[in-house]
Order: sequence, then C-alpha cells, then structure tokens
Amino acid sequence: MSLMNAARKILLALAVPVLLVAGWWLATAGSASFFWPPLGQILTAFADTWFSARFVTDVLPSLGRLLAGYLGAVVLGVALGTAIGSSRTLRGLLEPVLEFFRAIPSPVLVPILMLFAGIGDGMKILVIVSGCVWPVLLNTVEGVRALDEVLGDTARSYRMRRHSRLIHLVLPGAGPQIAAGARQALSIGIILMVISEMFAASNGLGFTIIQFQRSFAIPQMWSGIILLGLVGIVLSMAFRAVEARLLRWYTGLRTAQREG
Amino acid sequence: MTADPTGAPARPRSATTAMLDVRGLQKIYEGRGRSVEAVRDLTFTVAAGELVCIVGPSGAGKTTLLRCIAGLLDTTAGEVVLEGERVTGPPPGMAVVFQEYGRSLFPWMTVRQNVELPLKEKKVPKDRRRRLVQDSLEAVGLADAQDAHPWQLSGGMQQRVAIARAVAYEPHLLLMDEPFAAVDAQTRADLEDLVRSLWQRLGVTVLFVTHDIDESVYLGQRVIVLSNSPTVVLEDVPIDLPAERDQLTTRSLPRFAELRSHVYELIQLAKSGHRPA
Amino acid sequence: MTAATLGRRSPPPSWLLGLAGLAGLVGIVELAPRAGLVDERYLPPFSAMAAALAEQAATAEFWRSLLETLRGWATGLAIAMVAGVALGLVIGGVPPLRAALNSTIEFLRPIPSVALIPLAVLLFGTDMRSTLLLVVYASFWQVLVQVLYGVRDVDPVARETARSYRFRPFTQVRTVIWPTALPYVMTGFRLGAAVALILEITGELIIGSPGLGRQIAVAQTSGAVAAMYALVIVVGLIGVTVNVAARATERRALRWHPSIRRDLAG
Repeated sequence: MSLMNAARKILLALAVPVLLVAGWWLATAGSASFFWPPLGQILTAFADTWFSARFVTDVLPSLGRLLAGYLGAVVLGVALGTAIGSSRTLRGLLEPVLEFFRAIPSPVLVPILMLFAGIGDGMKILVIVSGCVWPVLLNTVEGVRALDEVLGDTARSYRMRRHSRLIHLVLPGAGPQIAAGARQALSIGIILMVISEMFAASNGLGFTIIQFQRSFAIPQMWSGIILLGLVGIVLSMAFRAVEARLLRWYTGLRTAQREG
Repeated sequence: MTADPTGAPARPRSATTAMLDVRGLQKIYEGRGRSVEAVRDLTFTVAAGELVCIVGPSGAGKTTLLRCIAGLLDTTAGEVVLEGERVTGPPPGMAVVFQEYGRSLFPWMTVRQNVELPLKEKKVPKDRRRRLVQDSLEAVGLADAQDAHPWQLSGGMQQRVAIARAVAYEPHLLLMDEPFAAVDAQTRADLEDLVRSLWQRLGVTVLFVTHDIDESVYLGQRVIVLSNSPTVVLEDVPIDLPAERDQLTTRSLPRFAELRSHVYELIQLAKSGHRPA
Repeated sequence: MTAATLGRRSPPPSWLLGLAGLAGLVGIVELAPRAGLVDERYLPPFSAMAAALAEQAATAEFWRSLLETLRGWATGLAIAMVAGVALGLVIGGVPPLRAALNSTIEFLRPIPSVALIPLAVLLFGTDMRSTLLLVVYASFWQVLVQVLYGVRDVDPVARETARSYRFRPFTQVRTVIWPTALPYVMTGFRLGAAVALILEITGELIIGSPGLGRQIAVAQTSGAVAAMYALVIVVGLIGVTVNVAARATERRALRWHPSIRRDLAG
C-alpha cells in the first residue's frame, strides 16, 4: 500500500515536468527560429559544451568561488551576528547601519569592489561574501536576540561557561533563524557569482554564457541557461538536505507543538 | 532508604546549620521614569536538609524572590547567603527547576544530553557522569526515554527530565519555581510524591515556590506565606504532619485540613492587602 | 551590586544609539581616506560623495534615471503580484492541481533569475523590457510561494463549512481563503519588493537598460568614483525606503486581521 503510495507520489511529481519538457521538445522540434532552436539541438550542445574541458576551466572555478564566498559569508555573518546580537548596545548602535547595507542591492558592489580588488578571483569572492553576509548577519542577530529567556536562565543557573553557552545554547537556539538567512544568502550568492563574471571576467559560467549570447551561439547559450538552472536546483537541494539534518530537532519540535 | 544513589558521601551537616539565609531582601525594578518595588523586605532562613514551601497570592513577587536567591537577579538591598557565601551570581551548589519545563530543556539535545550537560560543565569525570545520569533518570522513572528528545515527551515527563537534571547535578539547595503549575492534576500528584521521595532519599535542601495552598501544605515542613506586593513575610507556618505522607491518607487527615484552612485564610488576608504590624 | 546597579539601569534610547552608529559610519568614511588608511581613488571621503551627489541631483539625467528605476521596479512588482496572487489562489485552491504542480514549482523556483539575462538581451536588447523580465520572474516566485503557504493555512473546518453551504467558488475565495491568505500575501509583497529592486538594479547594471544601475556602470567606466558611490548610496536609500514601506504596509494591512500570524522567517 505504502509502496503504491510512494509510486503515485513519484508519478505525480514527475508528470508535469515531463509534460513540460515534452511540450518544449515538440513545440521546437521543427523550429527554424533563430532564438528558439529545437530542444534536441540544445541538449546536444549541452553535452558538447559542458562535458568537455569547459567543465574544468569554467564550471569548476565558478562553483569554487561561489563556495568560498558563500561559506566565508556564513562564517562571518554568524560570528558578527552572534557578537552583535548578544549586546544590546551594539545592536542599537549598528541596527540602522546594517539595515542600510542590507538594502543596497548587492550587484552594485561589483563595480565598487573592482576598484579595490581588481577583476580576479579575489574580487569575485569578495563580492559574494559582501552580498551574502547581510541576510546571515541580520538573521543571526535576530535569532540570538530572541533566544528563550528561560533557556538562558537555565544555562546561567548551571554555571555554563561562555564558550559552552555559545556552542550548546546560542548557536543551536539561533539555528533556525541562521538557516533562514543562509537560504536567502544562497540565492544571492548564485546571482553574484553570475553577475561578477558577466561584468568582468575571463572565465566562469557567467562569462561563457554572455560570450555565447554575444557571438549568437544560441543553442550553446540555451545550454548555459539550463546549466545555471541546474546549479540552482542542485544547490538548493543540497542546502535543504543539510538543513533538514542539522535542524531535525526543530522540525520535530514544530510538529509536536502544532499537534499539541 | 538514606543511601545516596549517586554515591556521594552524606554531608556532615546538622539540621540546624543554615543552608540559606535571606536577610532584608529588597528588589526594585527600575523602568523608564518609574520604578516598581516588587519585594520590600524579606527575611527567613532555611536549614540544611529542610523542605520549605513558599506560597503567596499571584503577583506576590515569588518568582522575583526565587530569581534573587538563584543569583539570576541582582538585589536592590539586603543579601542572600548560601552556605555562608554571599550570592552574587548563580552559586555552584544550587540547581533550579523552572515552571516552564518546555522552555528550560534544550530541544536540540536528547534527554540524556540534557541531564549530562551541566555535569560536563562541572567537569565530572566520564564514568561518574554516566552513572549520575543513569541513576537520576531511573529515579524519576525515565530510564527508557534517554534517547528521546524533550518535545517527544508529555509535559509531566519533560518536568521529570528537568528534575532529573537538577538531581544529577547533586545540588545542596534545590530551588523549584512553581514546577507543577502547568501539568495536569494527576501528573501533579505523582510529581509531588516524587519530590518528597527524592528529598528524603538524597537529603537535599529544597525550597519550593508555589501558588497552590494544598501543594504547599502537603509537601513542606514549613510554609512561608508571603504578602502581596511589595512583598514581606506574612507568617512562617510549621507543618506538623507525619514525615511519611501519601496523597490519600495525608490529605484526609484533620490536621491537614486545619493547616490548609489556616494558610488559606492567610492568603485571603494577603490578597486584601493585610500586612504584619 | 546594590547602589551601583541603580545608576546603570538606564541605557540610552535606541534611536540615539542608531543615530550614533550612522554618524560613526559617516565619520569613518570621511576620515579613513583622509588619513590615508584607504586609497582616496578607491574610497573618496564622505564629503566628496556628498558633493558628487549634489552635482548629480542638479542634472536631469539623474532624476530621469531615478524615475526609470522606480517605474521598472513598480511595474515588475505589480505584474508579479497580480500573477502570483491569481495563480497562487487557483493552484492552492484546487488540491489536485497543487499536487501536480508542486514539484514543478520546487524545480523552477531556485533557477537563478540572472540566468535569463542572455535570453532577455537577445529578445529585447537593452530595452527596459529586458530588465522587466528579470524583475517579474524573480519576484513572482516570492509572491507565489507565500500565497501557496497562505492557502494551505486555511482552516479545513472553515473550508468544509463553506463547501457545505454550497458557496460558489468565488464566494469561497472571498470569504474563506483570501482573509487567511492575506498575511502571507503581504509577506510575499515585502519579499518580492526587495527582490524586485535587486533585479531592477542588476538589469540596469549588466544589460544597460535605463536607470540608476546604468548610471552606476557609466560612472564606473568613466572613473567618476565619488559619483559612483553617491549613486550607490541613493540606491541603498531607495532599498531602505522600500523595505521600511513594505514592512509598514504589511503591518497596516494586518492590524485589523484576526488571525494570529506564525512568523515564517524569510
């Protein structure tokens, strides 16, 4: 029975995507339009373009920079956010400043950081860090501020030391909020990875795709768009897997509260 | 009966030594432009090994008092002395059981981890730690639930975990802040008996804050009745009921009814704003 | 611990602290380049940025760009709102449809909107429609997903009741689904508004469609560093305004709302 259910679920999940792809395939099958080449042609271009040296010269560097920048931003955001969130004065002092920095659309950081860091890997990583750090930082501040008082009292009454309070109380307690911030940061990170390469680069996904577009290599351009889409999907799935593992207690707690 | 399940040697302290000394305690909350005097002048002592209940009308500053004793709150005037040491922060020989059991357990830890964490902080060696955790969970009847997370347990069971954590810590003074206010009546009776039996077995000093008159009389050797806020002690009522108590017989004793009525009258007086001369 | 704590208990009000923080930031930006801590060519002192801003504000170009940016943002957000709410109500209100489309939405949502840049340029060139496409695409998902959460949150009993009284579909939506979903719609609006601004500026910056983003790119290529910073500050201020206004709208729309709102962070 449950096997049947699972099979039905999978079928339901796959039905529409399969139909969409089939629709795309059929609609463009005989297409002579320059902008909308047949899907078959795009897929061939995909294999030729990305299952080649390009994977090493363009895809991996992009992903490497994204990973470095993103992880840097998460570490920095959590560290600063914990410090700021723990101090009422610091919070009051910095809140408007942080609101301002968060509100700056992060792509405008690209031209600014180019001044400081040129157009190399350093600049791109810096752009990703400085764009991704704000949602992590502000959510961490909020999570640390909203820590349960009773839990804090419990930790104090058992004389928990500073660092173990941080590890056992503050970080896990702010965990759900930090995760929400990190999720926002991930989509910003992908945007910035692409933007920074489109703006100024000699390799990378964004750079290559723009090159395809400028040289009117349309099937290749389409394959690049598909690859970016896949990167987005895979990273968000990976994020969710990590989140579900780290915050299993939170999901359980929420379910228990909702039923109780 | 008197064997300490944790294996700690019985403390060589006679029953007359003051475990806790509260002298002239005053607490004023300073707000923006106005201040509220929650506690005016509280003085009482608790001897080592005693089980004392504090009862007062709602809003009598019971929780304020407890937080001052626990070192979680600064006092405005007066002092709290625990085992001869003035309390300026949470003291080492003390454990607190809070009313909000759902919020005092770490939801990201299992039951075992929750009980074990304070012991790790205290740098108790691993073997002994393990035994303390095991013994205390057995004592509260939760040996099977070690690997569960708190939110998988019922409210009463969660409060048992909090009690086990406090007991495993081997405190000299156990503070309990209306611990059973949020559990159902049956569970409550069970937990009351659990506190009595742990107290008798471990010889720990217990200060139990409650707003429930029956509970205070049933549990305590003494009941300290508080006035309404700003709080002072209205009366210190000795409870001369037999040491062996159980829900059925003790509660049906005529003496229980008398004591209960007496405390009830005091609380009514307190509510109407009566203060000792 | 007694008398000392009495005097200590009065921290300065938070608006004063916040103001001090902002003043501190301005001070650092003014002094760091002057003291030679950072190269003035990279980070001009704040006074230079302010002067460049005044200069900009005197040009018609600046105001036209500002208007273009706001117009693109508002148009894109409006389209995304209408499409997101309408589709959200339909998809959420028809359970089989929802079950069938769930995976598709989860697939399409994480596709980064910037992936569409080359396609947009191909289709519309540097026209504002290029940027509009990005703005609509990015903010649409924010709205749609929130509306779907909202419809899912509708009390099943209320829904059964409405059905048992044979309310027509439109009446069901108006009396049962919409009031429950409204807080989520407002959250979608707030999130969508922020994302729309990011993509509006991105489009202008990368594609070169008219607006402040393009002005920033122009200032950058012509080496007008102070002007570039001035424009970035303007864009940041627009961002703050959008955030504050969206939050205020959300709060206003919900003040009368009876349902208790669980905060879905992010």
